[in-house]
Order: sequence, then C-alpha cells, then structure tokens
Amino acid sequence: MHLKPFALSALHSATTGGRRYHMYMGTLTLIMLIGAYAYSLQLRYGLAVTGMNDHVSWGLYISNFTFLVGLAAAAMMLVLPAYVLKDVDFSRAVLMAEAVAVAALVMCLSFVVVDIGNPIAAWHLIPGIGYLNWPRSLLAWDILVLNGYLAINLAIPFYILYSRFSGRQPDKRKYIPWMYIAVMWAVSIHLVTAFLLAGLPARPFWNTALLGPRFLASAFTAGPAFVILLLSLIRKETKYEISDGAFSKLALITTAAAQVNLVMLISELFYKFYSPTHHGINARYLFFGIEGHNALVPWIWSAIAVNAIATIALMIHPIRRNPRWLVIASAALFIGIWVEKGIGLVVPGFIPSPLGEIVEYTPSLVEIAVTAGVWALGLFVLTILVRVALPIELGESRSPYIDGATSAPLVRPRSTRGLTRDVRPVRTR
Amino acid sequence: MSAEKVTGTPATAEDNTRLGQRVDRRRALQILIGGIAAGTQAATACSPVSAMTDEEREVKQLAWREYIKGNYRFMTEAERAETIARLERVAELKRGVDVTIQSTGAQPGVEFGYAFNISKCKGFRSCVEACINENNLDRNAATQYIRIFEMDDGVVDLDEADASFQHEAPAEGHFYMGTQCFQCADPPCVKVCPVGATWQEPDGITVVDYDWCIGCRYCMAACPYWARRFNWSEPEVPVAEVNTNQHYLGNRARKAGVVEKCTFCIHRTRQGRLPACAEACPTGARVFGNLLDPNSEIRWVLANKKVFRLKEDLKTEPRFWYFTD
Repeated sequence: MHLKPFALSALHSATTGGRRYHMYMGTLTLIMLIGAYAYSLQLRYGLAVTGMNDHVSWGLYISNFTFLVGLAAAAMMLVLPAYVLKDVDFSRAVLMAEAVAVAALVMCLSFVVVDIGNPIAAWHLIPGIGYLNWPRSLLAWDILVLNGYLAINLAIPFYILYSRFSGRQPDKRKYIPWMYIAVMWAVSIHLVTAFLLAGLPARPFWNTALLGPRFLASAFTAGPAFVILLLSLIRKETKYEISDGAFSKLALITTAAAQVNLVMLISELFYKFYSPTHHGINARYLFFGIEGHNALVPWIWSAIAVNAIATIALMIHPIRRNPRWLVIASAALFIGIWVEKGIGLVVPGFIPSPLGEIVEYTPSLVEIAVTAGVWALGLFVLTILVRVALPIELGESRSPYIDGATSAPLVRPRSTRGLTRDVRPVRTR
Repeated sequence: MSAEKVTGTPATAEDNTRLGQRVDRRRALQILIGGIAAGTQAATACSPVSAMTDEEREVKQLAWREYIKGNYRFMTEAERAETIARLERVAELKRGVDVTIQSTGAQPGVEFGYAFNISKCKGFRSCVEACINENNLDRNAATQYIRIFEMDDGVVDLDEADASFQHEAPAEGHFYMGTQCFQCADPPCVKVCPVGATWQEPDGITVVDYDWCIGCRYCMAACPYWARRFNWSEPEVPVAEVNTNQHYLGNRARKAGVVEKCTFCIHRTRQGRLPACAEACPTGARVFGNLLDPNSEIRWVLANKKVFRLKEDLKTEPRFWYFTD
C-alpha cells in the first residue's frame, strides 16, 4: 500500500511553495477566520444578524449556492469531450476541472449549512436515523445529487492520481463508466437545483419551464470561463503543459453557451414584458423597480451589459484567440453570471411577496463576511487539490516503494506543446 | 443504560410498518450519544472546577435527551409523553413557568374550515392582538400570523393593498380583508420540507414539529399565502404573559432558527373551542367550524353565501373562504 507516502507527499505538495504562495494561502486563511468569527455570531444570535427577513427568506447564501452548483456542473464540459468524444486536447484539463467541481461543491454544501437556522439538527436529514423526505421534496433530491456528485468527483481523480503515484496505469474499465455517469450527473445537479425553485407556483418569477435550461446555459458559460482562468494561471506558473487547442476549444464552448444564455434571457424578457401580467411583477421589480424600490436595478443591468459585451467580444475571432483578451472576457463573464444568477435570480423571487408587499433586502456585514469566508475556503480547497495533482501528473511525485521510482519529470520540454503517451493523464485510445 | 429503556415498541402497527428498521437504528444512535453525554457529564461532575448546580445539570441532561429525540409524527405514545414531561420540566427550570402541554390528536369526524366576512371586518385588528397573546408569538420581532389588508373600494388586488396601515380603522372608502394560514388541503409547504418536519393532520391543520425543523425555510418559499414565519432570533415572551395552555404542535415555546405558523389554535379547537382570533373579533366577521358537521355555521355560510378563495388557480384548495353579506 502506498497510502501513507501518498498522504505525506500530498501534504508536502500542499504546504511547500514560495513566499507568494504562502502569502496567498495566509490571506485565504485570514478571510476564513474572519468568516468563522462572523458565523459564530450568527450561531449565537441567530439568523437575525443577516439581512434576511420573513419576506426575503433566502439571500446571499442561497444565491451563491445556486451559482456555484452551476460551476460544479460545468466540470462536465471538459469531461464530456475528453472521455466521451475522446478529445486529447482536453485530457490534461480534466483533473483540474474536477478539482474545480470539488471546490465548488464544498462551497455549495457550506453555503447550505450556513444558511440553515438550526444546523445542529442537520442529522435529521440522514436517512435511517433521521428522515429524508424523498422523493417528494426537491431539496432532498438536491442533497442526494450534490453529495453523489461530490463523491464521484473525489473518487475518480483520487483513483487516477493514486494509481500514477503508485506507478500503475489507471485501469480504464474501473473509471471510464463512472466518467459517463459523472457527465449525466453534472446535468442533474444543476437541473435539480433549478427545479427546486421552478417547482414553486407560489413564486411566479421562478415558476417557468425555461429556468432549468437557463441554469444550464449560464453554468456552461461561467464554468468553462473559470476553468480558462485557472488553466491560464497554471500554464503561467507551472511546468504543466496545457495545449493551445484546449484553450481554443474552451473558449468556443464558453462563447456558444454565452450566446445561448443571452438568447434565453431575451426570450424571458419578451415573455415577461410584451404582455405584462401579474406573473411578471417580480421581473418588473428586478429590471425597472416598483414605486421607488429599485435596489437590484443597477446590478441586473450591469450584469447584462457585462455579459453582452463579453459575449460579443468572444464572437470576434482575433479577440477570442488572444490569450490576454480571452482571460479578461472570461473573468467578465464569470462575474456577470455571478451577479445575474446570484443577485438577479434568488432575491427578486421574493420581492414583491406573494401577497404583494415590497420589502427590500440588503445583506449584512456578517452575511458578507461569512460569504467571503466560504469563497476563501473554496479557493483554499481548489489550490490544495491542484497543488497535490500537479506533481503527480508531472511525474515529480512518486511512491518511494515502487520499482524504478523516479523523481525525474516525464514531461517533454515546454516548446513541443504536445502530449506524449507517457504523460497523458488519461489514455483515450 | 438499562434494557427496559432501550426497547421502546411502537404504539401502533401502522407506525411500525411505516418506520420499519428506522426506529431501532435511531434508538441505537440515541443510546450511543446518550452514553457519550452521560460519560461527559460524569467527567464534569467529578472534576474539581465544575461549579454546576443540580438544576443546571438537569437542564443539560434534558437538553441532550431532547436533542436526540425523533420526529413527533413517528413517536410512540410513550415517547410523546416522555418529551412532553421533559419540555414542561425545562419550562419550569429555565423560566419558572408552569406550562401544560397537550398532545391531543385530531378528533374523528372533524375537518376544520374558516370563513371570513369581508363586509363585516372593520380593520380593528383585535384578532391580531388575540393571536399574539394566545400563541406566545415573539414580542421582540413582533411576529404576527394574521395580516389585515386595507383595500380601496372597488379594487380587489393584494398588490395595491396595505397591510401596515397606521391610521384609525375603518377608513372611509376602504374595506378590509384578513389573511393567515389557509390550511390548504394540498399544502405546497408540506411537500417541500426535506425532513418531514411539517405535515397535515387528519383534521386539516398543517403543523410544524419545531424540534425537528432544520430551518432551511424552503416551506416559506413554497407558501403562496406568505403564511409561515421564521424565528430569526430567540423568541421573547415576557414570563407574565406566557399562555400556559399549550399544545406540542401549537403555541409551545419555539427556539431560534425554526419555522412556525398558524395552527387554527390547535390547543383550543381540538377541545371544541373557537380559535382566539374568531373569539376576539368584535364584529363577527370570523366563522369557524367543522366542515364535516352539516349543522355547523361554516357549512351554512358555504351553502348560503357567495364565497371565494384566494389564488384558486394554484390548486392548493385552501380551507379558508371569503364572503360578503
């Protein structure tokens, strides 16, 4: 067994780095500590320390949860071509994308935990000793699919990395079937989260058949956009090879999804505003404000502007193919969709209330600190996962107990920009 | 831990089949956690720094037992009696209030219904006040189950209505319409609860097990009538004002982080009395009764008045009707 050296080596990879790395991780830790303190206040005084109220009963936490489920689902956009379509360019990015999925899911589950009012009763959710209202409650479905997806996305990379670490070639028969399941599962997590909202006739803003597809389109925009940012950083900072082909394909996926996302937005706006009915009142509040209540109006219009500009920019080939512009456009899309899905989706569902009352929502400092803490936790987890995976993939980290163990990197010099059979993380033929 | 304590058999065959193995496994967990708790307590009791009084220790022990108990709906009669005894003792130890908590179940042949006479309501809000006192509603957050909407004559639109009017009622050119939990026959809130902490009783009252609720507030998002309230902080009721006549599923003490709602005053109505709001209404605008009793007033109203319900298109089938004279 190579478990002990694997754990030690992982710990070493995660804790060793330059000054900048330690500063970065230290900053994340500080933000997490501030978040933990804010959460302790929330535990002591109740959710009253947040900006939520009986009218707007979900706020920043569930908004971020909704957005991050999309980010987690989007890992499949790389898994799908790499394994199902056997696209070699993507194979090196898959492990990174799965790390993104794991980090996003950790954040999702954290946001749910910080949102519930009675967290010590969370054991009531465990089937067997508690009672999970499945299949009736969509929230029960969500809990199952999110945890299942987390398990798959932990198990597959662990198996691949551990095999490599132990000097064995990962057995395709053991993980490829799970990859196919993961692809379908990724769609399910975001669809179920959309249905969780769309299944409520009490909230006409969400009660639309387009909500699920819109969720998927925005996820497949923000997800690959984030992976582009991550891979650019990895390419710049490490020896790990990522082909230009991977970037151009990722950019294409992002652009196409962003276009679909805009089309769906237009279709939603048409439906709500061409023949305005009572069902469009929340959309009226979101886009134009009602009787002077217009806290969300600047947010949603900036988000739409940013999304539209970035989408159009990506449609222009020279801009999309320029690495620097690609990164800027990807960052813009990521932020634009965060605002649109976060602030522009969950909160306006509650304003006005089903009985027509308008109570606006502003997150409190405690809420913002907890949210920042969870994001720092997610980045922390992501960084560790990437730091552990890279040296194994590069062949720098191998179990000392295997025959002919080598510490020499298996990669070709950077200039070749290609993949060799030896270092390809996943063999596709 | 003694053997008699662990072998709790379900009271009815129905409970038994519904839960199957579940009860036993939860029991096992309870014993495990209870054992850890007892161990910890024994350790603290022996330690010289422990300055716990007997009462504090008892409160802690009771809190542990309360924490690991099951969902009220699936409890045996013996378990229900146990938790009620514990909760009454906790109220005595912590607040010095001598409360009586009922566990009265739904009476056979009873299905409650409510009717609201729009032409009689004058917007005095005596019902609101009675409800606050009767149900031990949080004074700190000013929680209210009942809302009285003031509407302009000729406009039946809740979007245009005002539920927070501060002037003297009734105001010229206006009429009044009260809302509360409508005890839907097909309640959207019950369907969505991930832990089954809220359910509909056979007499049509939708209840919440406050101790089983995890506080996710999905039910609040699902309710089309905005009838559910959340305890954003620890609810406060002055000791002198506590209504000691309580029901486990009704007006007993709530805690921070859980959802609550109107239960048609389950502690009163299951004993044949009127809900506090209906009793307090000075104009007789509120009619409450048993829908299954052909001689009840509510049946007379439904048969002889032009009645309507809110948001019929959602198919939630409220047991709450509006009518005019």
